[in-house]
Amino acid sequence: MAAALEILGAIPYDQILIQTVNGIVTGMILALVASGLTLIFGIMDVVNFAHGELFMLGAYIGVVVLSATGSFWLALLVATLLVALLGAALQIVTLRPLLGRDPLTTILATFGISLVLQNYALWQFGPVARKIQEPFTGRFQLLYLEYPWYRLVIAALSAIIIGAFWLFLKYGTWGVWIRATTQDRVMAQAMGIPVPWVHTAVFAIGAGMAAASGVLFGPLVGVNHAMGLDWVLKAFIVVVVGGMGNLGGSIAAAIFISLLEAYASIWVSPAQAVIVSFVVLILTLLIRPTGLFVPTPK
Amino acid sequence: MTADASIELRRLAPSPGVPAPLLRTELLTVRFGGLAALDGINFEVGRDEIRAVIGPNGAGKSTFFNCLTGVLRPSSGRILFRGEDITGLSPDRISRKGIARSYQITNILPNATALENVRIAAQSRRHGWSMLTHHGAYGDIIVKAEAVLESVGLCRKAGELAANLSHGEQRNLEIGIALATEPELLCLDEPTAGMSAVETHGTIELVRRIAKNLTILIVEHDMQVVMELANRITVLHYGEVLAEGTPEEIQRNPRVLEVYLKT
Amino acid sequence: MSASPALAEALVSVDNIHTYYGKSHILHGVTLHVGAGEVVGLLGRNGVGKSTTLKTIMGLARPSHGEVLFAGRSITGEPAHKLARLGIGYVPEDRRIFRFLTVMENLRTGLDRHGVTTARKQELLDKVFTYFPVLAERRHQPGGTLSGGEQQMLAIARAMMLEPRIILLDEPTEGLMPRMVSQIGHIIGALHRDGVAILLVEQNVPLTLEASQRIYIMEKGLVRHHCAASDIKVNDAAIHQYLGV
Repeated sequence: MAAALEILGAIPYDQILIQTVNGIVTGMILALVASGLTLIFGIMDVVNFAHGELFMLGAYIGVVVLSATGSFWLALLVATLLVALLGAALQIVTLRPLLGRDPLTTILATFGISLVLQNYALWQFGPVARKIQEPFTGRFQLLYLEYPWYRLVIAALSAIIIGAFWLFLKYGTWGVWIRATTQDRVMAQAMGIPVPWVHTAVFAIGAGMAAASGVLFGPLVGVNHAMGLDWVLKAFIVVVVGGMGNLGGSIAAAIFISLLEAYASIWVSPAQAVIVSFVVLILTLLIRPTGLFVPTPK
Repeated sequence: MTADASIELRRLAPSPGVPAPLLRTELLTVRFGGLAALDGINFEVGRDEIRAVIGPNGAGKSTFFNCLTGVLRPSSGRILFRGEDITGLSPDRISRKGIARSYQITNILPNATALENVRIAAQSRRHGWSMLTHHGAYGDIIVKAEAVLESVGLCRKAGELAANLSHGEQRNLEIGIALATEPELLCLDEPTAGMSAVETHGTIELVRRIAKNLTILIVEHDMQVVMELANRITVLHYGEVLAEGTPEEIQRNPRVLEVYLKT
Repeated sequence: MSASPALAEALVSVDNIHTYYGKSHILHGVTLHVGAGEVVGLLGRNGVGKSTTLKTIMGLARPSHGEVLFAGRSITGEPAHKLARLGIGYVPEDRRIFRFLTVMENLRTGLDRHGVTTARKQELLDKVFTYFPVLAERRHQPGGTLSGGEQQMLAIARAMMLEPRIILLDEPTEGLMPRMVSQIGHIIGALHRDGVAILLVEQNVPLTLEASQRIYIMEKGLVRHHCAASDIKVNDAAIHQYLGV
């Protein structure tokens, strides 16, 4: 009994609370990035290796617009729209002609795009990291810490964006088309749905969401040409753990993994805490490879 | 000896004068969820017979073949080959027992020549694992493979890449690959699917040629092939045996016609 | 054959089409046509190419040779989504309803088109719910929870949402209970009265002979027999030869 009390007393509740908040914040951004990725895979079987670079480009466009106009929100809007357009253009030019071919070709194509975008960013902006200024700098008291409001706001915004997207999928005309095409591409065509354009739209939406994440996350880290790499790796882990093509699963997985990592970093350094996500990935592949958060098919 | 065992023995012992069936199934049943794809099938085929298995959509023909060749495990019932229980064995073990199968969707190696495709199958029957010996050293196997190609009418195309063969030639190569494993029972799954009338005729001749000393089961939709080749026909319907008999008997059977024309 | 529209005047016609699946030569030169408002039956055993013929018309399979015409215009090789908008509805062999979409959402995939007013959409929905009351009951249920017969009705209703001039029906009665089979017959009759042409692929001979004005019989990738439905009976020699045993 006394031992139990001692253990209970040794648990760092304050740190757990803080890390819960941190985990949810990071999880929501990761969910935003991963949603686009899983949707793109679910509808056209494309593994988009350029997704991290779209995130990175979004952040850079955010930097440029912010320094030009001073408005964070304008930067967010412009970055999202521009990268969505770029995504659409990329899909039409490089991915549409590859439809129906060996999946390896699309992987190579998106990988190639990622290299091009990375080096473009390096050439255009140089190797020194840029900073995006937070739109507001208030803090509130969270236990013994002063916790930035901004972090809560980006979590809320990500949730809103994902929520809006979910509503669009459920009720919008194109939303129904996207869901029908994901389930049965051939029959969707036979119903008059312009499937090639649905693919382009999904790629554009995914790209836009990645860009938005980039701008939102920018103030928390430095913006540099290689920032996409870390994120795309995490995003892929989330997509696999959540179930490829499963939107709800990705969101749950993103928060789940981010929380685990946040908790782990109470006891180990954040660099080591990353191991947690890989452990989860391996366990998922071993135990339930279709995805931890996928409902068991009937 | 228990009552059950003595009944077993009596069942297995052939009646005098009637040769034992090569393949027999006892109450073979396959259930997918609540649906019985095969429902208590009692089937027998004797040596050197050519038996056609026909039936409308969903009758269970593919499921039946899948059970015989170990691809699918039956929910209940037994399969006896040469008196031996082979129920639930893996496909490679069943192949070694002497049952070979050709597939509905052509299953050849496209980047190997016709001869190599057959040689690889022939090899499975002979030498064990030897990583150091060059494949050209197995002279007897190459001779065997060439003989098989001859019997399926492809000896002129021995050096041709399988991908470059015509569709009919590919399907005949598929039969050759099955033959090369020296089976006692050959299961042909829609061998003339996608063939023109000319190619179909060629395959009918081919099956007639190879039928000596071989027992053949054919699943087919092309009635001309069935009527010309089969000694006997088994008609399946909704997982049960609807009728069995000679081609003439089946043609005259009103129940069979009803089922086919949905009258 | 009396008074049948020439190929060029037909609503849909295929002229000597050859279609392959990979190397498999399925259609060896099929020629047939369907006039506006006509119900035409296409009979034949498994594997003769009936479904492939429908898929070729619908743009889901590309013929290597030959032409597909719609209202006199060549549509060979055009993508399926354009043909659906032109007025060709397709009800495939395994129904292929969108299992994770609700009944309403399945119908919406055909309803949400350019130039259809909200009033017209409501009219179409009302019509289809009159034809298929069970779909109205289940309108918010996911398609995958419907029974086989209900899924067949949904597949037909979905095609009707396109307001098609012709519906390609692939073995609608397969796997259905006899009561549902006769219901399908009634639906075909109702569509015919509405002026929709139907190309009906079937293995159910009595149903086809009753519902159709003309029939074709296929064997091994070719049309082998063609006559008015009234000129042939179930126990005719041709039926036995090409469909029997």
